[in-house]
Amino acid sequence: MTEAARDQNPTGRPAEGDEPPLAAASTKEPMVVITGVNKHFGDLHVLRDIDLTVGRGEVVVVLGPSGSGKSTLCRTINRLEAYESGSITIDGKTLPDEGKALAQLRADVGMVFQSFNLFAHKTILENVTLGPMKVRKKSKAEAEAKARELLARVGVTTQADKYPAQLSGGQQQRVAIARSLAMEPKVMLFDEPTSALDPEMVNEVLDVMTSLARSGMTMIVVTHEMGFARRAADRVVFMADGEIVEVATPATFFTSPRSNRAKDFLGKILSH
Amino acid sequence: MGELFASYNILGAFGLTILLAVFSAIGSLLIGTVVAIMRVSPIDFLNKVGAFYVNIVRNTPLTLIIVFCNIGFIVNLGMSFTNDIARNNIIWAIIGLSFYHAAFVCEALRSGVNTVPVGQAEAARSIGLTFSQSLSEVLLPQAFRGAITPLGNTLIALTKNTTVATAIGVAEISGLMKEMMEFRADLIIVIFLLVAIGFVILTLPIGILTTRLSTKLAVKR
Repeated sequence: MTEAARDQNPTGRPAEGDEPPLAAASTKEPMVVITGVNKHFGDLHVLRDIDLTVGRGEVVVVLGPSGSGKSTLCRTINRLEAYESGSITIDGKTLPDEGKALAQLRADVGMVFQSFNLFAHKTILENVTLGPMKVRKKSKAEAEAKARELLARVGVTTQADKYPAQLSGGQQQRVAIARSLAMEPKVMLFDEPTSALDPEMVNEVLDVMTSLARSGMTMIVVTHEMGFARRAADRVVFMADGEIVEVATPATFFTSPRSNRAKDFLGKILSH
Repeated sequence: MGELFASYNILGAFGLTILLAVFSAIGSLLIGTVVAIMRVSPIDFLNKVGAFYVNIVRNTPLTLIIVFCNIGFIVNLGMSFTNDIARNNIIWAIIGLSFYHAAFVCEALRSGVNTVPVGQAEAARSIGLTFSQSLSEVLLPQAFRGAITPLGNTLIALTKNTTVATAIGVAEISGLMKEMMEFRADLIIVIFLLVAIGFVILTLPIGILTTRLSTKLAVKR
């Protein structure tokens, strides 16, 4: 099976970290700890007793069919969605309910959205400097120097004075990543970052994410990009119907999924 | 027409109209913004206070409010800013006009807030901005741009509504018009046209300016 062959060596390069097994995660210092989280949308039980621990520097990719609750889980971690029971801690700190404490915690959690959500009335540079200046109280000069460095890192240096609408989707998403990185977050959340992109722009964003993963950033990525999951993930979390069904290394998950739902899901997306 | 200008202080009366309009515009924009913030805030109590304010004030006739400013606040409660009766009435007229139009400014701004996609607020919160920072840095700047046209409508209405101040003896242009018509019945049509054209000259630029601004400052998405 060609799929399996690619799984063994997805990039053609010698696989790095051949065994980032489950055990590896638990030996790492925990960064995000989700315990017994439940959430309903009306009658719909969208998150059922979610338990998940993500270690410092770990990259976790969350997969699953639409409606499985993976985006909701991602948004719950920085409390863009409230949850009813359970707890979430980030770097040992429990997520506060509202107010200044929550704002401060969110500053440590980068979030990249499906629809980019760059501030439409601000230039690219202003988008990246806003958080550092208002939240981290950095000087304008310092924030701009850092912003230009980050824009260079994501490859949109020449666009700094333009407005978001003047950039392509891929460029906007890379700026959104730079905007999050400018806050020097402890963990980055990606909520389907490439789903709204034209196909030819997906890779430029995934490349930035892959290099970010290699740089040791703690990342939780909700995506349908199986290539990225294989290439960059330490662990794959498979969700269905609001539950975590399976947690495995990418190699294990893609070659020998245990649950029927995972087999079914992979069958649907990998068969073509 | 020359004799009209010679015997009546038409420009002075229009000046007072402009003064009422400018100060009431500033007042209503400030109060309206505060009420709009209350109505979009996550605090339920403030929402209700804001909604209550808008629904009471917006649905009360302006004449009633202006007359109440005089009879209620000045005469009955003795709340005067100065001993100069004319000035006192002007100040209370500005207060009445400001609070009345604030309800409309609030609703114009709220329609502007609705032009801002939810994702903008989510992005603002997710980089750690507090509620007030999200408002002042992200939501309101975009809401104001989306609200320019309805705000322009409100300002035009406000300019014309200053004529209601005549009910409490503020000597703005409509009061003078009544006086002129009484004494110069031969010139009624001229007087009417003069005042009407005067208002068009005052309000037309507001419309032109807000239309220009709304296209120029439109947030491209």
